[in-house]
Amino acid sequence: MEPRPAFQDLAREQLPWLYSLARRLSGDAAEDVVQECLAKAFRSYGSLSDPVAAPAWFRTILINCARDRMRRAAAGPEETPVEDVPEYSLYRTIADADPWPYSDSLHLDFLRMFTQDDVWKVLDRLKPMYRVPLVLVHMEGIPTAQVSRMLGVPLNTLLSWLHRGRKGFERELWEYANENDLLREREMT
Amino acid sequence: MIGCSEAVRQLWEYLEQDLEEADRAQVEEHLVFCRRCCGELAFAEELRTFMTRSTDMALPPAIAGRLESFLAGLDKEDSK
Repeated sequence: MEPRPAFQDLAREQLPWLYSLARRLSGDAAEDVVQECLAKAFRSYGSLSDPVAAPAWFRTILINCARDRMRRAAAGPEETPVEDVPEYSLYRTIADADPWPYSDSLHLDFLRMFTQDDVWKVLDRLKPMYRVPLVLVHMEGIPTAQVSRMLGVPLNTLLSWLHRGRKGFERELWEYANENDLLREREMT
Repeated sequence: MIGCSEAVRQLWEYLEQDLEEADRAQVEEHLVFCRRCCGELAFAEELRTFMTRSTDMALPPAIAGRLESFLAGLDKEDSK
């Protein structure tokens, strides 16, 4: 039987993607979340029976850490009313504004304006309870039923958060593009 | 037949195949007649692809260094 790798060696290999996931789930708190995850994983290293399963094991611990932060944030006061968000349509907003009249792929051109860095900044603008499900389902590809169990909420609640998260993401993409002159940059190229 | 707002509300669940059969049939019935919602659906697919591509992020060297130090600290804790 292969000797068990040292925790540090195993954890070091996971750091780049753990940080990438934490950055999307928890924004500026990503480094703290990864440290929290490493400390928890270290304490329960004995429960990892097969090192091959390490990525999934670390991912579960990291998501639990991000979930706990999300719950603490959700317990705070509402910052902005979001009643109008579910009806927002980025598709219609782009079509109505028609920023590049000669484009025959207007909507795709709009999305192409965003670098990865822009996308993370847009994600940061969402409240954690909407951002976390969005990242887990639409970026990590985890099925909704599994995410509802991970976050400890009923499936209907998760689907409602996801809907609000997607609509909020759409609206923030548009506002970010306007605030950062992405539309004008495209016009000038 | 369902209206646009109801169809749009269900488009992502439709894409993810999360809808019950009856709801799925209602969305499809709406899409047959509504060109705008077909556009919404095509854009939702583009947006979904856009999100799945926005996942990789390089670990900044300064943060990598601090996390390495944190890991080394755990090692010392282990040997106490």
